[in-house]
Amino acid sequence: MIPLTPEVVAVLVAMLQALVILLGAVLLGAVLTVAERRLLGWWQDRYGPNRVGPAGSLQLVADTLKLFFKEDWIPPFADRGLFVMAPAIAMASLLLSFLIIPFTPGWGVADWHIGLLFFLAMAGINVYAVLLGGWSSGNKYALIGAMRASAQTLSYEVFMGLALMGVVAMAGSFNLREIVAAQQGLWFILPQCLGFATFLVAGIAVTHRHPFDQPEAEQELADGYHIEYASMKFGMFFIGEYIGILLVSALIVTLFLGGWLGPWLPPWLWFALKTLVLVMLFILLRAALPRPRYDGVMRFGWKVCLPLTLVNLLVTGAAILLATPT
Amino acid sequence: MELAFYLSGLVAILATLRVITHTHPVHALLYLIVSLISVAMVFFALGAPFAGALEIIVYAGAIMVLFVFVVMMLNLGGAAVAQERAWLRPSTWLGPALLAGLLLGVLAFDLWRGGGGRAIAGELLTAKAVGMTLFGPWLIAVELAALLLLAALVTASHVGRLASRDGAGTAPGEER
Repeated sequence: MIPLTPEVVAVLVAMLQALVILLGAVLLGAVLTVAERRLLGWWQDRYGPNRVGPAGSLQLVADTLKLFFKEDWIPPFADRGLFVMAPAIAMASLLLSFLIIPFTPGWGVADWHIGLLFFLAMAGINVYAVLLGGWSSGNKYALIGAMRASAQTLSYEVFMGLALMGVVAMAGSFNLREIVAAQQGLWFILPQCLGFATFLVAGIAVTHRHPFDQPEAEQELADGYHIEYASMKFGMFFIGEYIGILLVSALIVTLFLGGWLGPWLPPWLWFALKTLVLVMLFILLRAALPRPRYDGVMRFGWKVCLPLTLVNLLVTGAAILLATPT
Repeated sequence: MELAFYLSGLVAILATLRVITHTHPVHALLYLIVSLISVAMVFFALGAPFAGALEIIVYAGAIMVLFVFVVMMLNLGGAAVAQERAWLRPSTWLGPALLAGLLLGVLAFDLWRGGGGRAIAGELLTAKAVGMTLFGPWLIAVELAALLLLAALVTASHVGRLASRDGAGTAPGEER
C-alpha cells in the first residue's frame, strides 16, 4: 500500500483528470453522431432518427450495438497491417491533442510551453490515417479519396499554422494557458478576426467535414477512403471525425474566444457553452453548404486564405512593434 | 532523460535500417516516418522541444505526406519489389557499407576521445530562445535561406507554367 502523501494524491488526481477527459471526449464524440443527425433532420424539415427510445434518445445505443455485432471484415486484397493501423491513427492522434487543452484553471492534462505546436504536429500525423486507410484498402474509390485528402492537406496545413501565429505573437507564448490568460481584457477574436476566419476554415478541413469532405464525398466516391471498412474499424473513423469536431471547437474557444473566461457563470460552464456553440456551427455548416469541387478548395486555400493570413501576420507584427515602447 | 535519448536513438537507427532494407516502397516510407518521429523524440530528450515539434510538423507531417502521396500514385507492384530485392544483394551494399562503417568508427572514436562533459544537460531550450538566436546572430543565414526558398518557388512556378502552355492539357477550371 502506497502512503497517501500529497505528491501521490496529486499524481492520482492528474491521472483521474486525464482519464475523465479521455472518456469524456470519446463519449461526447459518440453522442454527437446522433445529435448531428437529429439536428440535421430538424434544420432540413424532416424527423431524423426518432424511433429508438423516447424521442430517439436510445439511437446511440442501437448504433453502437449494431457496429459491434457487424462482421469485422478485412478485404483479402488489402494491405493488412496498414489497414488495421489507419483507424487507430485516426482516433489516437486526435485524442492525444486533447492533452494540451486547458478546460478550466484547474483542469487540463499537460501544460507545455510548446502546446500549440503539439496540436499542429498531431494534425499532421492525422493525415496518414486517411492516406494509409485509402491506399491499403486496395480500392480505386478509396485511393482517389486518399489522393484528395493529401492534396487538401498540403493546401490547408500551411495557412493553418500561419493563422495561429497572430495569436501566438499577441500572447507571446505557445502555451495555451498563457494564451487564455492574455485574453483577460479582450478576446482574440476581435483583434485576430482574420486569423479566426482562416483557422475556422483550416479546422473544418482538418476534420474533413463539410464543405471540405471531398475525400469521402458520398455521391461520387461512395464514402472515399473508408469504403472498405466495416464494424468498429469504420466506427473509429466515424467517431474520430466527431472527436475532431470537438477538438477543433475546444481549440478555437481556447485561442480566440477566451477559453474559460467569462462573467457570472463558473469557468467550466463557460467553456462548455462556447464549445457547444462552435459544434453547432460545424453541424449547421453541413446542413447549409454545398460541397465545392476539390480543385476549388485548393485554389481557395492557396489564393485566398494564405495571403489573408500573411497580411494578418504582417499587421499584427506591426501593431505589436508600434505598441511596445522601445 | 538519458534513457529516453538512447531509446529513441535506437528506434531511429533500427527504423532507418528498415527503410533501406524493406522492399515494399510504401512500408519503407512508413519506417522513414517512424525514424523522423524518433529523431523528434531525440530532440525532446535533449531539451529542445521546439525543434522536435517542428521536426514532426515539417518532416513527418508535410514532406512525408508528399512522398507517400507520390509513391501511392505510382502504385508500384511486384516488379518494384523484385527490383528492390535485386538491389539488396551483398555485392551492391558491401562496399559502401564498409566505407560508411569506417567513417562511423572515426566518428565514434572522436566522440569517445572527447568524452566526459558531454552528457545530456537537461536544460530546456524555449521557442523564444530559438527565435532570439535565429534573428540575432544568425540573421544573415535566415535571410539567405529565405532567398533560396524564394528562388526555388519561382523556379517551380515557372516550370509548372511552361508544362501547361505546351498543350500538355490544362487542369479543369484553370482557364478562367
